[in-house]
Amino acid sequence: MKALQLLLLGLSLGSIYSLIALGFVAIYKGTKVINMAHGSILLTGAYVVAMLSPHVGFLAAAAAGVVAAAVGAIVVERLVSAARTTDHLVLTTLTIGVDVLLATELTHRIGSSVLTMGDPWKDRQTEIMGTVLPQARIGATAVSVLIIAAFFLVFHKTNFGVRMRASADDPRTAALMGIDQRRVALASWAIGGGLACVAGIFLAAFPNPGLDQTAGLIALNAIPAIIIGGLDSTEGAVLGGLIVGVTQTLVDGNASSLHFLGEGFGTVAPYVVMLLVLLWRPSGLLGSKELNRV
Amino acid sequence: MSETATDLLPGEPKPARRPVLNTSGRVERLRKIALWLSLLPLAAVPLYLDGSWLIIGILGMATAIGAIGLTLLVGTAGQLSLAHSFFVAVGAYAYAYAAGDPAGGGVEGLGLPSALAALIAIVASGLAGLLFSPVSARLKGVYLGVASLALVFIGDHVLKNATPVTGGYNGREVAPLSVGGFELSGGSPDLWVLGVPYGGRERLWYLALAVLVLAVVAASRIARNRPGRALQLMRDNPAAAGSMGVPVQRYKAAVFTYSSVFAGTAGVLTALAFEFIVPQYFTLELSISYLTMTIIGGLGSVAGAVAGGLFVTALPLLLERFTGSLGFLAAPGSGGLDAAMLSRFAFGALLVLVLICEPGGLAVLSRRLRRRS
Repeated sequence: MKALQLLLLGLSLGSIYSLIALGFVAIYKGTKVINMAHGSILLTGAYVVAMLSPHVGFLAAAAAGVVAAAVGAIVVERLVSAARTTDHLVLTTLTIGVDVLLATELTHRIGSSVLTMGDPWKDRQTEIMGTVLPQARIGATAVSVLIIAAFFLVFHKTNFGVRMRASADDPRTAALMGIDQRRVALASWAIGGGLACVAGIFLAAFPNPGLDQTAGLIALNAIPAIIIGGLDSTEGAVLGGLIVGVTQTLVDGNASSLHFLGEGFGTVAPYVVMLLVLLWRPSGLLGSKELNRV
Repeated sequence: MSETATDLLPGEPKPARRPVLNTSGRVERLRKIALWLSLLPLAAVPLYLDGSWLIIGILGMATAIGAIGLTLLVGTAGQLSLAHSFFVAVGAYAYAYAAGDPAGGGVEGLGLPSALAALIAIVASGLAGLLFSPVSARLKGVYLGVASLALVFIGDHVLKNATPVTGGYNGREVAPLSVGGFELSGGSPDLWVLGVPYGGRERLWYLALAVLVLAVVAASRIARNRPGRALQLMRDNPAAAGSMGVPVQRYKAAVFTYSSVFAGTAGVLTALAFEFIVPQYFTLELSISYLTMTIIGGLGSVAGAVAGGLFVTALPLLLERFTGSLGFLAAPGSGGLDAAMLSRFAFGALLVLVLICEPGGLAVLSRRLRRRS
């Protein structure tokens, strides 16, 4: 039963990572920038939720946090588009600069305190098929599945989704067809920011104690996810997120027999998996291979 | 300083080449002589400043060497790396391990002569870069940058857990570097120059300066000559580079290896300056500082990397030193705006501002000033 328990826990953690990874991929597909400020945006959203939650209730606070994170992401997008270059290396580096600014401010504000979200699940647990799972994780999985399903529905069935996909495939032609590239960019960044905040809320919930000032680094756990899945594949992001979550939970759960790998190997294991995947398939499991046309 | 740097600026139109005058060779030669002469005052610095000032310069020069390696990789070759701190760590720890006393308390060491240990450390970091080549040769640009994060986290894990070699969380001591019994980063045997006692830091100043000059010369040679041209073409148009006969994958692997050699050298010097190394120094934040140096200086510019390296290293240290006299700064750890925080704000803002307003960094600004004068 322990294996099943770990697997379920891993999948639930993975669904949270999937949300972060999906945000990365949405931003990458929309603007070809890897948002290195994603961790700070996640933490910004979580910070707003933690500050408001005792006063206005969890749901209202969560909504405010998602809006704050989306606005934060839009601000980053505005800065990125203010640069007079289209070099993605430069633009990605620019987001690192924003991350340094945001992280410094948040670190200062949060100090040594731990952010808790005041979520309705608290530390209750439920027994399913002989395994004991925290309700917060069950909620996280349910919400993630809903959000991811909505994401794919919107992207495949609505006009908005078609506009987004067309711009991701070929921005120049899409612009000529009358699709406003600026709005596409804003939408993809806002979606990315909002998803990050939702993930942040669940990462702070039980069994984790909450988010401390280093939580921005947690968003980096989604980096192996997007590389494993393929940087430009939304399905890949979900798959990669699940792989990372399961790997991390399995390794942490068997820490006693994996002791020779050192303490806290769980957080490093996803990166090892990522390197292995890179050696096997440089563009990820589901990513599209880059073709060179001359 | 170099004309090649102009080719590197994304979005920057290439300045028209000025007609070549007959005197240009002589002007060039005079400029070179002036540059070498400007080293003289630098060599006299240890006569006037005490150790607590010198260490800022030594650390600045050490990191400048690492920044030169990164600017070759990111600027000239267009390959982003966030793993620079990993290779700095390999250099630092490999030196500490190879030169360490085998009978030392708690941590192991090979007890090799320290000059040999330094060489081994630099080779080791190059090898580490080469070992990463299956990844670094196949990925390009931003993608490599994100993938290289793996090295930072795996490296951090190893540093904290391979306790016999690295000393774990508590770090390990670094033996001073000596050549033929004369310590280059320690105080024995006693040495007095013009009435000034030359201790460890005074001597290390010269070592760092010499290695920095060497690094600048080596990097300029790579960047300005054939390999540099090939790397730039590879950055701008890999397909064209391939059809011109540039072995793109091999060049990507090679430039990554070169840059890790520079990083390893920086690591050895940093370790010598600190005399004690802990894993908490070699983090993602260090990689980001290195990136900041190359951006502020101007991607691809060797001189810019040196300026950026000195500035980024010195600013927090200087601010900390003057915390008492700068009224607006709080004491470190008091919860207010302290020196470390202010400099982090400054670096973040500079990164954003430079990339938005002048992606060419200091290198382009100084070129513009010179052209105007």
